[in-house]
Amino acid sequence: MLGFVMAKRIFLAFGVLLLVGIVGIAALAYRPAIATVPVPAFAPALVAEGEILAAGGYCATCHTVRGGAPFAGGRAMKTGFGTLYSTNITPDPETGIGGWSQAAFARALREGISRDGSQLFPALPFDHFTKLSDDDVAALYAYMMSRPAVKAPAKPNDLPFPLNIRALQAGWKLLFFKAGRFTADPAHNAQWNRGAYLTDALGHCGACHTPRNALGAEQPGKPYAGASIDGWIAPALTAANQAPIAWTTPELTAYLTTGVSLYHGTAAGPMSAVVHDGLAKLPPADQQAVTLYIESLGQGDSRAGAAAPVLAKALAVQPGKDADGRLFTAACGSCHHAGAAPNPLRPLIALNSAVTLDEPTNLIRLILYGIGAKQGAPGVVMPGLGGLSDADVARLAAVIRRTHSALPPWNDLAKKVAAVRADGPGES
Amino acid sequence: MTCFRINGREVSVDADDDTPLLWVIRDDIGLTGTKFGCGIGMCGACTVHVGGRATRSCSTRLADVEGAEVTTIEGLDPAGQHPVQKAWVGLQVPQCGYCQSGQIMQAVALINDFPAPSDADIDNVMAGNLCRCMTYVRIRAAIKAAAADMKGGATHV
Repeated sequence: MLGFVMAKRIFLAFGVLLLVGIVGIAALAYRPAIATVPVPAFAPALVAEGEILAAGGYCATCHTVRGGAPFAGGRAMKTGFGTLYSTNITPDPETGIGGWSQAAFARALREGISRDGSQLFPALPFDHFTKLSDDDVAALYAYMMSRPAVKAPAKPNDLPFPLNIRALQAGWKLLFFKAGRFTADPAHNAQWNRGAYLTDALGHCGACHTPRNALGAEQPGKPYAGASIDGWIAPALTAANQAPIAWTTPELTAYLTTGVSLYHGTAAGPMSAVVHDGLAKLPPADQQAVTLYIESLGQGDSRAGAAAPVLAKALAVQPGKDADGRLFTAACGSCHHAGAAPNPLRPLIALNSAVTLDEPTNLIRLILYGIGAKQGAPGVVMPGLGGLSDADVARLAAVIRRTHSALPPWNDLAKKVAAVRADGPGES
Repeated sequence: MTCFRINGREVSVDADDDTPLLWVIRDDIGLTGTKFGCGIGMCGACTVHVGGRATRSCSTRLADVEGAEVTTIEGLDPAGQHPVQKAWVGLQVPQCGYCQSGQIMQAVALINDFPAPSDADIDNVMAGNLCRCMTYVRIRAAIKAAAADMKGGATHV
């Protein structure tokens, strides 16, 4: 009898706790809706400014599907928690952000709260956009609200219960999100701070290049330490970067503004849109600021002198005449044989971080799916070798690692090739 | 719909994104000088130029040439008189001929990057272009002859 009473009490206590939890989360998550307003006309100069900022924030990259109307949403974003679909951010009143006031727009960008008061998922990098200045939010608002309205209902997200409960995002924010504008670091000059703002706030580079914790939040102690994202590895931007030749200012400038570099290959995968749809469209002063800031993260200029012997070694690589070496030469030599001097359109495989990273993910992706004319070096294609068996792709990756680096072989290559193939080419 | 330029003219093709460029070139556009060999990018018979670079068209997805400039053997020279083609005729390189348009497209790209190609350059760059008739010796000689012919005024295609 006593046992029954005890059990009843425990049960009740849990019930009360649960109730308090639900009420607490609801109270925490509650944010009022912001009424719609008639959207005013905007000064063309402000819209033009917003266009550059929208490019620098890659808004169109996530909010557009291939062949679809710009900003109409629908792009799938695979995360460890499920698949999210980007939303329509054209000013359509029913399916987009038509009628949103600037206050509602700013709250969405900076706090991750939709106009109706519901919580947005952190696939929208509001943890970065919270740092945006008032002027830039106003310009982005003017640009977005003057785009053609497109009717495109949101695709429902594919998230399992309870991760699909938006209110729970309030708890996530309580734990991991700190709202607040960008503050300049007085230890650095204005150009460095401009670069930091463009990189950390607008460009949200950390969204890919900073590792995340088990709940998907960027780890505060490891900015730009490199991470696995969207089926690719986003390499470290710090001195831990594994490229054989350091990222110096000229290399960063070439790569970040044209997508093509002498010693680091081309901007492929998700990085391609960052360069071609984003950084390439920034004014030169802003490009220089980003380059200066990123160089400061890895301090590549201080190691520029170490490049010559590494380059000489890369040019002298002999893939060998055994079956694996011949497979490499037949599959890759046509484009990647460089002769006596480096040629950015004959990228030196031995200098590419895809070969030196701890995991073969990026190299397997490049072999299987290649690089389209809109990615990497503009107008040039690297065809994929997806017609090869998993075993042959694994052989190719293994011989590249063995002959183009002094690093230990990758394990379980065939299994990893199969996994990347099953994952598909992705949307970029 | 994918739009690109081929041999100087604009084309738009309504086919699946994953359609091999080779199929589009032969079946939709009707240019049959480019050949199908292995279909997996390992024999070179389907080599064309995309953005001036030798590219295996059998393993290039249609979507990946959006906005690009494609050149096939038909577009190399309006009269078929590109210095590499002249060297090929002069030295009577082909036997059955099936792989030769791919060989020529690859050789033109090679000479553009290496105006005086060494044997190692030829070995490494041409190794992906197979010839079952074993015309390799004449291919090497023709590449050297064409390179010598083109010196001083490199033809960039």
